[in-house]
Amino acid sequence: MRDTSTFYYQQKNSTGSDILSIDFAGINLRNPLLLASGFLGISQEIFNRLYRSGIGGIVSKSISIDPMEGYKGPTIISTNEKSYLNAIGLSNPGAEAFSEEISNNLTPLIVSLVGSSEKDFPTLIKKFDSLNILGYEINLSCPHVAKMGMEVGDDPNLVTKIIRTVKNITKKPVIIKVGVGSTDVVQLAKTIQDSGADAITAINSIRAMAINIETGMPILSNKIGGLSGASIKPVGIRCVYEITKKVDIPVIGCGGIFSWEDVIEYIQAGACAVEIGSVIGNKGINIFQQITRGLLKYLNKKGYKNIMEVHKLAHKY
Amino acid sequence: MPININHIRTVKIEQEIKESPTVKTFMFKDPIAFRSKPGQFLMVWIPRVEELPMSIMFSSKQEYSAISIRKHGIGSTKLFDKKIGDILGIRGPYGNSFTVSKKLQKNVLLVGGGTGLVPLIRLADFLKRNNIKYTLIIGAKTKEEILFYNLAKQLVTNTQCKVIVTTEDGSFGIQGRVTDGILDIIKKENFDMIYTCGPELMMKNIFMISLENSIPIQASLERYMKCGIGICASCCINDKIVCKDGTIFDQKQLSKMSEFGKVFRDKSGRKSRY
Repeated sequence: MRDTSTFYYQQKNSTGSDILSIDFAGINLRNPLLLASGFLGISQEIFNRLYRSGIGGIVSKSISIDPMEGYKGPTIISTNEKSYLNAIGLSNPGAEAFSEEISNNLTPLIVSLVGSSEKDFPTLIKKFDSLNILGYEINLSCPHVAKMGMEVGDDPNLVTKIIRTVKNITKKPVIIKVGVGSTDVVQLAKTIQDSGADAITAINSIRAMAINIETGMPILSNKIGGLSGASIKPVGIRCVYEITKKVDIPVIGCGGIFSWEDVIEYIQAGACAVEIGSVIGNKGINIFQQITRGLLKYLNKKGYKNIMEVHKLAHKY
Repeated sequence: MPININHIRTVKIEQEIKESPTVKTFMFKDPIAFRSKPGQFLMVWIPRVEELPMSIMFSSKQEYSAISIRKHGIGSTKLFDKKIGDILGIRGPYGNSFTVSKKLQKNVLLVGGGTGLVPLIRLADFLKRNNIKYTLIIGAKTKEEILFYNLAKQLVTNTQCKVIVTTEDGSFGIQGRVTDGILDIIKKENFDMIYTCGPELMMKNIFMISLENSIPIQASLERYMKCGIGICASCCINDKIVCKDGTIFDQKQLSKMSEFGKVFRDKSGRKSRY
């Protein structure tokens, strides 16, 4: 499937190498656009459709050992034209059902995993390690589920334990997704690098809230959720910039990407790839093709041979 | 600044209609939903309880809209128990709508089961205003579960349109399921489109009948839904996202859906069989 896509060939530049293709932590992608975890991420047929629509890679919804139903509605609300607040509650079909779902996967897929302690991860990895996947992203930063996600990410000892456990049992790349919690994100990134992880994704949605003023009631059923979209982009840019100043492992930028300009900004801040999600709520699945076109136009105009020529540009100043 | 339909708007229930022992219609002022297309839906917030996708119901009053609720689970029962004066939140309208071509559609068949009739009543009103002839089949289990019969009769007054009722126990109209009498009706008339909404297995049967009789069809599908804006894919069927790509799909799309009438996903995203 990866090589039969006509879109794949359309991206080749005159020298025959891909102007958008990237390579980090042993992962090769035809372009730097990844589906952010949490969006559209439970169905193989949707993954296939995303790949046909021009995406570089896909990160699944965070998968736990057992199925989770998530919170009652409202689980997603819009806070402004380009931002969303969600408390889905990590709903996912569980490791058993999801490994069956992706058993014939041919798309460039990274499986996101979530657990409450290092003991969950051997069971999770066992379910997926023999499948055709690129690697794992470990969600240590979901801002709205107790004992899973951010509460784990805020405990450096637990972060180290989880990374060492996972790295001991898999040869596939392990990416750690961090957020803006009570632990300084740069400090956390150092801990992640020192513990042996292959890459970092920054940032997850940010703990936030919205109230309906007519009733005075919190709108989300969980009251507190995670803010994503344009509102958090400058925070994401700052985190990627500061992390890549102090840490050498690759960083995937995430948070509020709505256009090709945003992708360039993240890469100039130090990202080696990006995760994209909220914009799908505004522009639909075909947004990936639009962004790719914009990137190609920009890179050709500037005379770059590969998108990574703008990598870390902001660090020069 | 244009209104962001994704923002929850609070509305007050101003009128209620008891449709059956388990179904109620609430009316509220909302010019945006009033102007929605037949087949579109709202996400309805029952404050601090749940948020549910609900097809937009017909409202005869200008600038007003309505929803019809069957009490079923915890959320829908709490909604059913709301009274005049109570506040609800709504966002939307979402989803596509039934496609009607004045050129191609001269005589159409509408088949609805249970609360699946909600979008079809709005469609019937739309067809009437556009002078397109239709036959509406209302399917119900028993006489007391028949929905919107008086309203449907009112809409066909002084037109060539018809309303046919089927009840499974034969207590009113034709005895049997909604699909039982359909072949006779199809043979008598020359329908150029079938519009259907209701239980999926009913729609699957009608879809098979539409194929056998070479009549195009549009069906409104239902799946467990969370976001309503096409970002969570809780509502996916095969590679389609029901809230965004649908909820209405045509014959060609339905033909490609191996999960139609067979597989649905639960709240966690696990697949189950009908």
